[in-house]
Amino acid sequence: MGDPMKIRASMQGDVAEIRVLVNHAMETGQRKDSAGNLVPAHFIKHLTATVGDKLVVDAQIGTAISRNPVFAFKVKGAKAGDKVVINWQDNKGDSRTDEAVIA
Amino acid sequence: MRFRRVIGQSLMAALLCAAVPLACAQDGAATKEEKDATIQEIERYREMIADGNPAELYELRGEEMWKTPRGPKKATLQGCDLGLGPGVVKGAYAKLPRFFADTGKVQDLESRLVSCMVNLQGMNEAEVIARPFGQDAYKSDLEALVAYVVGQSKGVTIAPPLEHAKEKEAYALGKRMFLYRAGPYDFSCATCHSENGRRIRLQDLPNLTTHIGASRAYATWPAYRVSQGEFRSMQWRMNDCFRQQRFPEPGYGSEVVTALISYLAQMASGSPYEGPGIKR
Amino acid sequence: MKRHALAALLCGLGLAGCATMDDGAAEKRLVEILKRDFHEKGIAKLDRLDQDAVQQSCTKFNNNPPHGGPGGIDRLEAEQMAAIKWPADGKFIGDWKNGEKLAQDGRGMTWTDKAGAPAGGNCYNCHQLAPKELSFGTIGPSLYHYGKSRGNSPEVQKYTFGKIFNAKAYNLCTNMPRFGYHGVLTEAQIKDLVALLLDPASPVNN
Repeated sequence: MGDPMKIRASMQGDVAEIRVLVNHAMETGQRKDSAGNLVPAHFIKHLTATVGDKLVVDAQIGTAISRNPVFAFKVKGAKAGDKVVINWQDNKGDSRTDEAVIA
Repeated sequence: MRFRRVIGQSLMAALLCAAVPLACAQDGAATKEEKDATIQEIERYREMIADGNPAELYELRGEEMWKTPRGPKKATLQGCDLGLGPGVVKGAYAKLPRFFADTGKVQDLESRLVSCMVNLQGMNEAEVIARPFGQDAYKSDLEALVAYVVGQSKGVTIAPPLEHAKEKEAYALGKRMFLYRAGPYDFSCATCHSENGRRIRLQDLPNLTTHIGASRAYATWPAYRVSQGEFRSMQWRMNDCFRQQRFPEPGYGSEVVTALISYLAQMASGSPYEGPGIKR
Repeated sequence: MKRHALAALLCGLGLAGCATMDDGAAEKRLVEILKRDFHEKGIAKLDRLDQDAVQQSCTKFNNNPPHGGPGGIDRLEAEQMAAIKWPADGKFIGDWKNGEKLAQDGRGMTWTDKAGAPAGGNCYNCHQLAPKELSFGTIGPSLYHYGKSRGNSPEVQKYTFGKIFNAKAYNLCTNMPRFGYHGVLTEAQIKDLVALLLDPASPVNN
């Protein structure tokens, strides 16, 4: 199980702004560590977001994304009090789910 | 040096915009042709990395660690006195370094955290400071605790005391260290940090001998370093400066590094603390 | 003389490093603390904390020592000048292409550098040189058109070699390191840098 994400979700007018800070190494498999050894690839490959019961993001991602990445998106049709659920799965089979409530 | 991919963040945001069925507001990137293209790109990059600071992840981990019983004594750090009384974290960083009667020393945040981990939690000092900086898969507990504590001083005026004789001594020692030239390149801290408007390559160098320059640096450190994918503490900042100064390595939380931090903190005194920052 | 008077004035105002008894004791205490608080790492040994006469004088007088006396500018600059090892073959100009590579290279002498690995010239860290390199520092003056404005005479060649070998022989408390004196760069490398600055074909002069 990965480290916790930090989720911020709030209504900006009639649009919900959701920002997710993800704790992940996002190793490309091409970087060398300080000892000169290749660091094995370790990256999130699938990320989803649901608002209420509705899937709003279903993303296939890869090694082009930075370490500890930030994802931000705006969702129409949501309202304060709705539950936001973010889930990711990485290439090593690890996954993590965190929740927040739209403020 | 390891460069991390940052551009991916904005690409990702754009991609998600395209993927979200419920619609998405897009920020238009206006081109200002009158501006120098290089400076414009650097500014764009700085804006991009400032939008969502991963230091928050370290703050979360540090807060958890602060409140969790750890060490042989199974104690939390909630009894740790950072200068404003046991357990008071809010605003404490802005009043450091300072003299602590229980240790008889002037301490910065990091040497104080080590004291608390040793005295309250019963940890072994040598083990606590053996690897203070995160690297690759290794995560530093100290850096996480630092992130949490400094985050609780956001917006607070930097005002470390300069009353006790030892505080004055630390300030004077730090100032002297700042000017001390040695090593195979004859560098002191002042070589790079005592004039306005200087750069190394494209990296702006704050003039740490002025209140404004010192404030700019002190108020935005500790910081998340994007190029390293790590949150970096003030002791780390000093350590890496000494590396580039071609000096040997300073001890973590040692008197001389703490004195240098005291000097910088006094120079920045009166400005609001804005960290944890984010740097390239 | 002027510098002396200025130093005395600054002393009075408490602004500059002043050579008093207290000062000497405090400096000694700093060195003791340094020796205790630092440890060697990789190629960076503790002896790097010891100041030579130039470093000591420049620190003591806040980069503005008097001309006379044992720690003064005149004697120390002469000593530094005498310590320059001039090329045995009398030639100062090497290959500017290699010089450009060296100027770009900022490695060398840190505790993360390997023993025996060749160091770079670190030039672009502080100076503008070839105009196509936009990532240049501004601690030192721009050296763009260095040769074009000075010509390529034997005197200019010798000065340029000497300046890179030991900048402190010409300006005692300059920020610029002593690349030859401290063994950071070899004679051949310094010649390549002289070529970068003076060769009419070098991008610095075009």
